Formats: sequence, C-alpha cells, structure tokens
Amino acid sequence: MLVGQQQRLQDDIRALVERFGRKRSALIPVLQELQKAHTTVSDFAMQVVADELSIHPAEVYGVTSFYAFLRQESRGRFVFRLCGTISCELSGKSRVARQLENDLGIRFGETTADGRFGLEWASCLGMCDQGPALLVNDRVYTGVTPEQVHAIIDECKSTFGAHAREAVHS
Amino acid sequence: MTPVNSKKTPFTFESVEPESGLRAALGMSRADIIGEVGACNLRGRGGAGFPTGTKWNLAAAAKVKAGGTKYVVCNADEGEPGTFKDRVILSDHADMVFEGMTIGARAIGATVGILYLRSEYVYLRPHLEQVLERRRANNLLAQDIGGLAGFSFDIHLHMGAGAYVCGEETALIESLEGHRGEPRNRPPFPVDTGFEGQPTVVNNVETFAWVVCVLSRGAHWFKSIGTAKSTGYKLFSVSGDCREPGVYEFPLGITVREFLEKVGGQGAKAVQIGGASGHCVPASEFGRRIAFEDLSTGGSIIVLGPGRDMLAVARNFMEFFVEESCGQCTPCRAGNAKLLEGVEMLQRGECSMNYLQELLALCETMQLASKCGLGQSSPNAFVSIVKHFKDEIMGRTLIH
Repeated sequence: MLVGQQQRLQDDIRALVERFGRKRSALIPVLQELQKAHTTVSDFAMQVVADELSIHPAEVYGVTSFYAFLRQESRGRFVFRLCGTISCELSGKSRVARQLENDLGIRFGETTADGRFGLEWASCLGMCDQGPALLVNDRVYTGVTPEQVHAIIDECKSTFGAHAREAVHS
Repeated sequence: MTPVNSKKTPFTFESVEPESGLRAALGMSRADIIGEVGACNLRGRGGAGFPTGTKWNLAAAAKVKAGGTKYVVCNADEGEPGTFKDRVILSDHADMVFEGMTIGARAIGATVGILYLRSEYVYLRPHLEQVLERRRANNLLAQDIGGLAGFSFDIHLHMGAGAYVCGEETALIESLEGHRGEPRNRPPFPVDTGFEGQPTVVNNVETFAWVVCVLSRGAHWFKSIGTAKSTGYKLFSVSGDCREPGVYEFPLGITVREFLEKVGGQGAKAVQIGGASGHCVPASEFGRRIAFEDLSTGGSIIVLGPGRDMLAVARNFMEFFVEESCGQCTPCRAGNAKLLEGVEMLQRGECSMNYLQELLALCETMQLASKCGLGQSSPNAFVSIVKHFKDEIMGRTLIH
C-alpha cells in the first residue's frame, strides 16, 4: 500500500472516530462508513481502528468477519446481492442468478477484474412479495427478470464513481 | 421494477389519530400506562410473543446502574424469511413506531431510544431521519416532550451489518455495543442488564405501533379482538404461490383455510408459517389457527402451491441456517450443517430410514440444547416436512 493511501486511510479513520466517539459501540458504524469510502476493510485499516478505539485488532477482525455486510476483500464499487431465500426461490431467482453470472462474467463470491462489480448471495431482503429481489449497494430492485439484468448493470456503469468518497466527508 | 408497499387490507394504524396514544400516555401515571399495556394482553409481534406489559413492568422496576440511563430499543432487524411487514410499517407509519417508543420511554423511565435497522433496509434511513427531525421540531422528542416538564427522550438510528441472529434481542444488544452478534446467556435478561449493562426494553416495530393503538382506544378494545390467549390484530407478510401477496391485517386466531381464501392461495399443498424457523403445515391441517397457542408467527406466511418440491424447500431453509448460525454453540453450528447434508442425501435418494431417525433425534438435541432461539427453532421446518411428506421425500431416484 502506498504511503499516500495509508495516510488517507488513517485520516479517514480518525475523522470517523471523532464523529462516532472513541468507544466500543462506535466500532461497527466506523467500519461501515470506512467500507463505504474504501469498498473494503483492509488489515491495515483494522489495525488503525483497533489503535484508535484501544481494543485488540483481533476484536476488530472478529467483528468484520462476522457480519455479512462487512468484508476484508473488495467486492467492487457495485455489490450485487441477489436474495437467495425461499420466496425469491419460488419466484425464480435461479434464472436471474444465471444471467447475472453471464452478464457480469463472474461467479457468485467473485469480483470483476476491473473492480467495478461484485456478486454475492444475500439472506432474505424483505421483498418476499415482489421477488426475485436484488440489492445493488443501497438500491433495491424487485421482480427482476433475466432480461432486465443487462439494463441494471448498464445503469451502474453510467453512475460509476458518483459516490466514491461521499461517505466520509458527508 | 421499483419496490412497492403492497398493503392488501386497511391497517388499524391508518385510522388511529396521530399522537393520540402519546397524548393519552402523558396524562397517565407510569404504572397506569404499563397497566393498560398489560391489561390488553399485547404479546410481542416479532414472533416470540412475550407479554409486552410484563416486559415493561420489569424494566420499570429495574434500577439504573451508576451514571447511566434506561434504554428503549426498537428491533427493526426484520430478517425472518418471508417477513416484510416491518418494512411497510417503517415506510408508511414511522411516526407511530416512534410514538410507541416514546410511550415506552415514559413508562419505564428511559431517556435514550435506539432503532436498530437491518442493513438491507438502509434505503429507509433518510426517510426515518427526516421523521425523527420533524418530531424533534414538533416537541414530540428531545426535551419536555408534549409540554411535560422533565420528560426527555430522544431516538437515534443504528444500522445493522447483515446478521439474521441479531434479531435475537441479546445478540442485537451485543451488536449495538460493537461486538459480534452472539446471543448472551439469560438470565440476566435485558430488562435488567441490557445495553451497556442498563435496563433495556427491546420490542418489535409492530409491537410499538400497537401500543399506540391500545393507549388511544383502550385495552378493552384490543382485548375484544382475537382469541383469549392471542388478543388483537396482527400484520402478516404473505408471499409464495398465491394470487395476492402482500401485507394483511387480520385478527389472531384466523384459520389457515380462511387465510388462504383471503390471499388467493386456495389449493395450496402446504403453508410455511413463521418463516424458516416456523412450521410447515400440510393441507390436512388447514383447520388450525394462526395464534400464539397454535401456529405462532412473527408474520411470515409462505404459500407452497401444488407441485412444489418439499425437499427443495427444506434445503433452502437449511442453507439459510447454515449461513446464519452465529457458530457460538455446537448444537446449532454443527447441527444445521448435518441437517443440510441430510437433505442433500434425501435429494440424491441415499438416506436410510435409520439415518433419518438419527437426524430427527439430532433435531431434538438442537431444540433442547441450543443457546438461543435460532438453533432451538431451526430444525422445525425439517421436522415438519419429514413428518408430513415422508412419502414424497424417501427413496428418490431423480436428482431434483
């Protein structure tokens, strides 16, 4: 990691700790905002967060690895989460899954080589009456059909970079 | 397509005058508020069905530890498969939820409220922040609420990070404190030792909204609806093989058959009641009632039409629990993985009746020995599918 990048990460973490407070209950909000800005919670970031909150880095690792929406490896700028749970299965999520793999050129659990798109399964998204449901970052799509997948990916491409660093400095 | 809030029946929440519950509460003593909530027999709408009045009473009696305060927490970690009524309530009736939390704060003497919102619902956050801001501006939050000198209470949002188990109240508190969402041993209970070790009331989104209705219309009104043990209305999230999926309000005690007629699910093969942790009810038992004393549910109703493969359904549920078990206790961590393996064996037609019996014995162990509700209830669907659809699942010759 370049020194400039490290410095930026450290600055961001300190700003977040200022904002949420130097207490244990600030840990998850800090990690969430950090990830929004940097797409991932790296080993280095975990170490800095641990120092700032005066806890052991293993504690930070334990929390980061526990929650589905926190991750150590980048899933790209746009994380596609397809609901895999029962109601979406009944409404045909498998074909949507296949088409997502085809149009993104990756399998579930992978990230595209350009770092733009990641694909993973989600547990119930709470859109059970309108499945199959797909969460792309903070946006939810319902009643997704295989032929709509391409348009959803295009929509992301046209907004790429728009919210790259809005999280920390908002 | 963009998501919609598909309400299929009118909600009582629409006809209750805004802030009428809070107004009534501000004119009552704390004991009377709790008395009213207790008298109506309102039970927790998240699924566990604990009496709300009892919970509040315990929290009101508990002593605050040095320098702290009591907390009112709204559990909006709606993660049970097939449940989405809290999303609709938070979208359309957020004021009522916050009003209910404020009543709870008055009743137990809390000054801080937290709404724990699941990260899958992050898009609701701007709307909820806006509602909170408006309530502060209208003197419905912050200092001297409603003109009652000395009554201070404010609410903030806390985002979850993607963990089904955090719907369990002690796991939710662990998560609020910045830890892994691993359920705690109980006792002590959160009403005594909750968030930051202080007395904490954790209630479901829908429960808070009903509290408002109860205080506005009186306990006798609420008690006159439903059955003796399951009073009042309940919101149901309906999905699966029916003509009209969406959110419905019905009195508790409705039979599965009546329910299916209302949602256009006639001819169903089975209905999964209570989500992945609930029970699979076959057509022969559609005369049973949806109520705490019979088929209990936090609102999830999944209709399974004719032709559905019950093993595929069981497999989906077990995959869910393997993914969502927190891994803390062995019966749940290892048990769910074993059950999933068992379902896969059944799908391949490689499971002997003896082994199936062993799996059922394992289910019993999980129900008895798991630390929290997740592991205690995760075998339910498997057990009920094995019990009711044995002829369909044994001796398979085709891989489905």
